[in-house]
Amino acid sequence: MSASHPVELEPLIGDYPLDQAYDEMRVPSGELRTHYRSMAENLATLPPGDLQRRKQAADLAFLTQGITFTVYGREEGTERIFPYDLLPRLVTAQEWDRIERGLTQRITALNLFLRDVYSDAKILNDRVIPRELVYSCKHYRRQMRGLQVPRNVYIAVVGTDLLRLNNGEFVVLEDNLRVPSGVSYMLTNRRVMKRTFPLLFQSYGVRPIEHYPQVLLSTLRSLAPEGRPEPNIVLLTPGVFNSAYFEHTYLARQMGVDLVEGRDLVTHDNVVYMRTTDGLKRVDVIYRRVDDDFSDPLVFRADSALGCAGLFNAYRAGNVTLANAFGTGLADDKAVYAYVPRMIHYYLNEDPILPNVETFLLSEEKDRKHALANLDKLVVKAVGESGGYGMLIGPQSTARQREEFARQIEANPRNYIAQPTLDFSRAPCLIDGRLEPRHVDLRPYILFGDKVNIVPGGLTRVALERGSLVVNSSQGGGSKDTWVLE
Amino acid sequence: MGSGVIGFEKAHTEKKDRMLSRVADSLYWMSRYLERAENTVRQLDVTMSLILDTGGPNVETRWERMMAALGKPGGMPWCGSLEPMVRKLIFDPVDPLSVTYCVNAARENARQVREEISTEQWQRLNRLYHHIHSPHAQSQYSSSVNDMLATIIDGIYLFKGTTDTTMIHGQGWQFIRLGRYLERAYATATLLEVYQPELFPQGAKESAAHLYLEFVGLLRSCTSFEAYCQVYTADLSPDRVLEFLLLNRDFPHAIRYCVDGARDSIQGIQHTGGRRAPDELNSSIGKLHAMLVYTNIHEILAGDAASFLHTIREQCLRIHELIYRYYVHYSIQSALAV
Repeated sequence: MSASHPVELEPLIGDYPLDQAYDEMRVPSGELRTHYRSMAENLATLPPGDLQRRKQAADLAFLTQGITFTVYGREEGTERIFPYDLLPRLVTAQEWDRIERGLTQRITALNLFLRDVYSDAKILNDRVIPRELVYSCKHYRRQMRGLQVPRNVYIAVVGTDLLRLNNGEFVVLEDNLRVPSGVSYMLTNRRVMKRTFPLLFQSYGVRPIEHYPQVLLSTLRSLAPEGRPEPNIVLLTPGVFNSAYFEHTYLARQMGVDLVEGRDLVTHDNVVYMRTTDGLKRVDVIYRRVDDDFSDPLVFRADSALGCAGLFNAYRAGNVTLANAFGTGLADDKAVYAYVPRMIHYYLNEDPILPNVETFLLSEEKDRKHALANLDKLVVKAVGESGGYGMLIGPQSTARQREEFARQIEANPRNYIAQPTLDFSRAPCLIDGRLEPRHVDLRPYILFGDKVNIVPGGLTRVALERGSLVVNSSQGGGSKDTWVLE
Repeated sequence: MGSGVIGFEKAHTEKKDRMLSRVADSLYWMSRYLERAENTVRQLDVTMSLILDTGGPNVETRWERMMAALGKPGGMPWCGSLEPMVRKLIFDPVDPLSVTYCVNAARENARQVREEISTEQWQRLNRLYHHIHSPHAQSQYSSSVNDMLATIIDGIYLFKGTTDTTMIHGQGWQFIRLGRYLERAYATATLLEVYQPELFPQGAKESAAHLYLEFVGLLRSCTSFEAYCQVYTADLSPDRVLEFLLLNRDFPHAIRYCVDGARDSIQGIQHTGGRRAPDELNSSIGKLHAMLVYTNIHEILAGDAASFLHTIREQCLRIHELIYRYYVHYSIQSALAV
């Protein structure tokens, strides 16, 4: 370990371990990366115990602002704050510039793909993407065929997960095109962080993200049906038992729109109304946080009580805009994902700025043979799942789990993909008063209305367990604030 | 800072002048359930202290009468011993009569409209909820039931104060107020109806001395003993007690006051964006109001006091029903016709 950093940093990062994974703070020889230097020095000057005190103050801020989730299953609902790490993750202006251009390119292509597949299907006729891959996707919605959506925007709100590999390059792990969540944590992390490290924040020149709700609102407004200059915008939530309910109330409040449930909506003559104390009020744009399946019992799952009967017909008639559109899950299917670089070539005639992770399609015989022979080295994922469910991490699995997965793959190969186990980057986290590296990813939020808008930063998710690669909040992950520097 | 921050190119600042029916419904019931919890706590407190005095009806009779006054005659049949009954009435989470049930229901309603109430309100209500479910409440109950009941009442008072000082006095607040006053008017009318045959028989003027404690109990059930004394001195006579609880326009637990409050709220709802109330609703609340303003206590006592009280209750139910038919569960056909 090199001792080339000033000696006063020793107590803070003296035995901070480095291995082959990219470290966000230190170069392989041990020196601090330039943009982390001032943070580390600043932390080193704090009196002992000060970081712990700031952590407690931040905990309290989360608690009193009600940024909590309820743990059910025990006798009474207990409220907990979301796990987070106190230290911000830093992203330089150059890094961000590339991410921003890459995401803009990618989302534009994905949107063109959805538009194409649900109209002329040129990309399938040209055999760039196998037809059966699209039509066998469980999120493909044939009801969307030939339906005209406002401004041809299918995916107004996107969260794309990025990883940074050993060579320092950002790659796309997956796109979340249905109902991506977590943006409220991005916003509240920032609010708390500004209070926790005001001077550091100021000295760094961090690009703001606070306007996200406002951009979201104007994105939704820009997608309003024609002839509705003062659109009535609502946020549709599955209700109080949804794990993201806090986020729904938070965004509704920040945007100043009504938070509605399916039972608040009625349709008549293909127009959607909400029931108010002043009678029925027409609804023009719905920011939908309810999955396709549950949105309209007449068209999708008949047993759903969360949606609104007749919503789809109103949508088809062009009387209401849904963000996102139905059927967008097709494009975040993990097997379709493998074709996104080809989509970018096909629609934009450009090279992808942000590469994909190498992906084996288990429906292809060659890939399947390779994957089954190397299950202990690969990560296997079910194509339609998210949140870290339905996943096998080869190097951390038991022989029994691998057998079980092999059986499932043989039974339904279309349902699985495999990827190499990625050694993605680690960032310093505050663990017991010292800095320790933990694996992190980055989920920027992309808004797509009259143009693509990305607030600088996003949610950095952290695998808080030492050595863990799973960042999902449902499985022991936390989050940290992300500072994109000027 | 600049880049990325969108301009305020167009002011979309139309004032929001509507409220989801479901939200109004939740706020209204949040308020009613808390008022109900408060009423139950107070009646339980008074009943337990009356039991201490000998001479009156026995424990079982008192218990049954309290159940009737809570609107559920026979709701919790007497089991032969007071302690388990009291415990059940406070803590049973599944019996709709219990205090815990009402507090749970109020919180659940609040939780569903979390974005509509202030953080302070939510924290107050949460604190009350967590208190009643805490081991501390159990130990307080074991050492002094009265202290425990006082803590609950305090929690409810704090919530009401917070509501009035931290919430916009718009439509949501009006629905909260409406729920509070309708519930209270109904509960007081129920209470008086139960006591009427004994304390206010037809043509009564003077009270027998043995009923003194009963009258005090009745007044205390409505937190009105001190207020009564301020107005009429400590001379308790049936006509004055009844007049005070029914017709006083300045005391918040008197039915007249509650009806005035409910009427103001209904008007307030219309002024804050709700639809103009239909003639039916206006005439119902107007009639009830007129009944209380233009009748004096001697006419009531000379006539059929029981049916007078009964009419008040019926009118409260009718008003509730009309509010729901008009603001919450209206038919789509009727709404589209407008």
